[in-house]
Amino acid sequence: MSIVSVIFKSSIGKKYVMAGTGALLFLFVIGHLVGNLQVFGPPELINTYAHFLQSKPAMVWGARIGLLVLVVLHVTTAVQLSIANKAARPVTYSGGEAYGSAWQSRYMLMSGIVIAAFIVYHLAHFTARLPAINGVGDFTKIKTVLHGEIVPDVYAMMVLGFQVWWVALFYIVAQALLFIHLGHGIASAFQSFGLRDHVWWPRIQFLAKGASIAIFIGYALIPISIYMRVVGSDYAGKAAAQLKDSASVQPAVATQGKETH
Amino acid sequence: MKVKLKVWRQKNRNTAGEFRTYESPALNENMSFLEMLDVVNEELANKGEDPIAFDHDCREGICGTCSLVIGGKPHGPHRGVATCQTYMRSFRDGDTIVVEPFRAKAFPIIKDLVVDRKAFDRIQHAGGFISVRTGAAPDANSIPVPKENADLAMDAAQCIGCGACVAACKNASAMLFVAAKVSHLGLLPQGQPERFKRVKAMVTQMDAEGFGACTVTGSCEAVCPKEISLDFIARMNRDYGVALLKGEPKQIAGGVG
Amino acid sequence: MATLNSNIPSGPLASKWESYKFNTKLINPANKRKYKIIVVGAGLAGASASATLAELGYEVHNFVFHDSPRRAHSVAAQGGINAAKNYQNDGDSVHRLFYDTIKGGDFRAREANVHRLAEVSVNIIDQCAAQGVPFAREYGGLLDNRSFGGAQVSRTFYARGQTGQQLLLGAYSALNKMIGQGAVKSYTHSEMLDLVVVDGHAKGIIVRNLQTGEITRHNADAVVLATGGYGNVYNLSTYARGANATAIWRAYKRGACFGNPCYMQIHPTCIPVSGDYQSKLTLMSESLRNDGRVWVPKKKEDCRKAPSDIAEADRDYYLERMYSAFGNLAPRDIASRAAKTVCDEGRGIGETGLGVYLDFADAIGRLGEGKVRERYGNLFAMYHEITNEDAYKTPMRIYPAVHYTMGGLWVDYNLMSNVPGLFVLGEANFSDHGANRLGASALMQGLSDGYFVLPATISGYLASQKPDKRPATDNAAFKQAEESVQSLTKQLLGNKGTRTPASFHKELGKLMWDHCGMARNKAGLETGIKLIGELREEYWRNVKVAGEAGEWNQSLENAGRIADFMELGELICRDALHREESCGGHFREEYQYTKDDPETKQGLVNPGDVKRRDDAFAYVAGWEYGGAPDKAPILNKEPLVYEEVHMSTRSYK
Repeated sequence: MSIVSVIFKSSIGKKYVMAGTGALLFLFVIGHLVGNLQVFGPPELINTYAHFLQSKPAMVWGARIGLLVLVVLHVTTAVQLSIANKAARPVTYSGGEAYGSAWQSRYMLMSGIVIAAFIVYHLAHFTARLPAINGVGDFTKIKTVLHGEIVPDVYAMMVLGFQVWWVALFYIVAQALLFIHLGHGIASAFQSFGLRDHVWWPRIQFLAKGASIAIFIGYALIPISIYMRVVGSDYAGKAAAQLKDSASVQPAVATQGKETH
Repeated sequence: MKVKLKVWRQKNRNTAGEFRTYESPALNENMSFLEMLDVVNEELANKGEDPIAFDHDCREGICGTCSLVIGGKPHGPHRGVATCQTYMRSFRDGDTIVVEPFRAKAFPIIKDLVVDRKAFDRIQHAGGFISVRTGAAPDANSIPVPKENADLAMDAAQCIGCGACVAACKNASAMLFVAAKVSHLGLLPQGQPERFKRVKAMVTQMDAEGFGACTVTGSCEAVCPKEISLDFIARMNRDYGVALLKGEPKQIAGGVG
Repeated sequence: MATLNSNIPSGPLASKWESYKFNTKLINPANKRKYKIIVVGAGLAGASASATLAELGYEVHNFVFHDSPRRAHSVAAQGGINAAKNYQNDGDSVHRLFYDTIKGGDFRAREANVHRLAEVSVNIIDQCAAQGVPFAREYGGLLDNRSFGGAQVSRTFYARGQTGQQLLLGAYSALNKMIGQGAVKSYTHSEMLDLVVVDGHAKGIIVRNLQTGEITRHNADAVVLATGGYGNVYNLSTYARGANATAIWRAYKRGACFGNPCYMQIHPTCIPVSGDYQSKLTLMSESLRNDGRVWVPKKKEDCRKAPSDIAEADRDYYLERMYSAFGNLAPRDIASRAAKTVCDEGRGIGETGLGVYLDFADAIGRLGEGKVRERYGNLFAMYHEITNEDAYKTPMRIYPAVHYTMGGLWVDYNLMSNVPGLFVLGEANFSDHGANRLGASALMQGLSDGYFVLPATISGYLASQKPDKRPATDNAAFKQAEESVQSLTKQLLGNKGTRTPASFHKELGKLMWDHCGMARNKAGLETGIKLIGELREEYWRNVKVAGEAGEWNQSLENAGRIADFMELGELICRDALHREESCGGHFREEYQYTKDDPETKQGLVNPGDVKRRDDAFAYVAGWEYGGAPDKAPILNKEPLVYEEVHMSTRSYK
């Protein structure tokens, strides 16, 4: 049997897939966070970053396809493993949690499902920008002028998006679950690949815990500080006007920009 | 002291089971848990009822025959001991104690609390050995083993093959058992020639037996009567990966001259 | 009358085994696969024999009543295994190990067998190390040794406190390899219930599948029993609860002689009995006596005091006092009897007064608690689990308990019983330990028999049997044996009695301990025989066995085993009664040294030590079944002829 088929068939092989895809997704999560934290700078900062990304469609689509493959592998393997794991114990015990298990480990499937749902929402929310689900309006209408070019106003979109309480709350809840997921997942990836011994295990667990906490704080800070009106609320007030202005639907958006009025 | 027992009764592997409740007679707190079951069984036998079937043998924590999930934990409330080394002083007068068999698809129930753990043997048949013919061994001191390796190998080799790791794991995974075997032999110089062949063969058999996968929950380590460490699972995962990368050995052609 | 010919090869002692191997008939490789061998048991002896015979090319079928071959009670041996490696450069040699063992057995073992055992001991360590047994190592990576009772050299190899487990797992791994290759067929949960003898040769067994209750016939060219000892006759012992004598007892009833059944080993360091519910006594390894000091209070009135309240001057370190050369490492029979003596004097400690202290305070002071923990941590933990006492702070309480049986089915030098084709290995045979076994010698003997001796000797018998000519299982002898098993089952289940088998076992155990325990006498043994006979009659009248034949039925399993214990218990008493001498573990109160004996005056022995009678009893007693449980067995004798060693007074002073 080829190495690939063994990996996808054996229980340990599947754990390699989980660990490998998980590790790459974890790297993406870090990169994505660095990008998003620019919202704490002036609006131009994140808008420039967003514009830079959109100007490289090949790179963006390459990354998106890559991420999609990772997610699909991560999820399908998780489903396969879960089915096999359930089948391995057809009759359960009369009560009680699995003795001695790390609590986060028991919620990997649950946290994973919520995170997957969140990803779908997040893509619809800020990537596809479906107006029906954001509780604000049509984000595609929000534009700004950057170095003389009319570009989507990502900064305003984020601020407006997170001023909606339930959106902010969902994001925070999803981040909490991501924290649980990573809190167990990062160290487990090292375990699954066997990249540890008794000396490094406590260190890996400590660093993994630290990383998952840092990621939670970083991500959660964005909706919290926006919802608390600490970030961009006056800027967003102006941007919101665009949504109400029916004329803005017209392509003639030259009159709009950050220096209007 | 007296306790109430809620015990799983199942006539054989093909019939459904159920919990039944029994009141113990007066007990001494220095009795072992199995001696308590002996006493309950004597009472049942005297009443003409079928005694509770449970597995046991050495009663000193080394043969790995005893099993039981007592109050939700394989081998009872204490860490690092088997059911046979659990004493009634660990319970309080009037407690209700739930006693269940080890539950896993790979461990079918034979009767009541007795399960069939033959799957472990079959994993061992696949590769749990060093191929050395009787009489073919060199002088024992011709193969020095670093003390730390010998100690670590001994840590793994202590496994008594009871199956508590499987019973505790939410996935009924046998990873700790297999890892202990693979690591014991893989840590020693004598085990090197077959190291990678062994891990592949044993993991393949483990999967075929219908055990679940490892989610690194740590339950197995927590209930293991010999406190075998999760470290060994990492070691097995690493060896397995290396074995896959190495691939199959080259086929040799032709016969002997 | 059976003839007991030991078949010891001629020639000088040290070269008997070599010349025997050269002179034994071999079987050519192509023919080996035509011979089928049944091995019952998979402890050290059974597993190692099965694996090795299969490696040689024989078709091997292995039967165990456990769920896995890895469970046999060899697994519980703690301390270690002897071998004459002389890695410590302390003067050890094959001859010294041989001499220590034969002297340890109080000159009641067969010289040639013991010498072979000592020779083979070195190969065992090599074999086990190569299999990956994780023996203790020194920092340089070479093997470490410790001392054991009855020896003044360090020749014991060990794997923490779990040497038996590791050696068993080694043998089990060798067996696994051969099962995996299809060379051994393994039957688990399969209990041998009868031996099939065709035309005077052992040619098969009758087996009950414990899961389904199915009774099956199995034929073979030779049958090997490696089914362990019979100490559970005493009910309370350090044996596993499942350990039983059924295989060897049913073979005895088919004509195999039982050698020296009264030679029991009572181990000095076990955790004392705490109540009548007790199912088992737990051994504390003899290795503890390397560093622990055994004592009781000098004065009776101190016995109820806490040990810490007894002044050093008021303590009697009686082993050091009585046996100064060996001190706390005196052999087991001597240490046990000394414990009994001090307890009989009223100086025993604990609630029952049946206990002595094993004290580590000196060792902890000398080595530090860390070192003691490293050496014996698991034993201290086990002690704590059972007694709820911390032996780092307060001395352990110990008392002797039934531990091992030196007796067993009689075998010749080939390990073949007087029934041709029936081989008996390990503790199940009588051969190598005489009247007392030294510590760390059981593991040695089990592996020696299985790895090295039987594989060399069995070809001699098989060569006399035509290949592929074993009787088929429809032979009348198979039919008769199966019927007798079926009718026994029916009788047990159909009995309308009122008492459980376990209650009989308890009563039998107490009778045995009281009448045929550490100290025996004529009157007691005669009473014992009478009471056991009565108990046996009551058993068949009044036993009540739950459940059915065609299912998992632990009551039925036990009922059959206890029925055999009843008969065997009586034979043990008869043997003890007939042996009017004291030797090793067999202590007859009538035969002991007094202060007036010359040996006592010369300082060789203490008053109360065992007194052999070489003029009358230098023989192996091979008991032959009388034809029915209530008929007296027939005594056959194999004289012990010592060519090299002089049977001297056994002195450890």
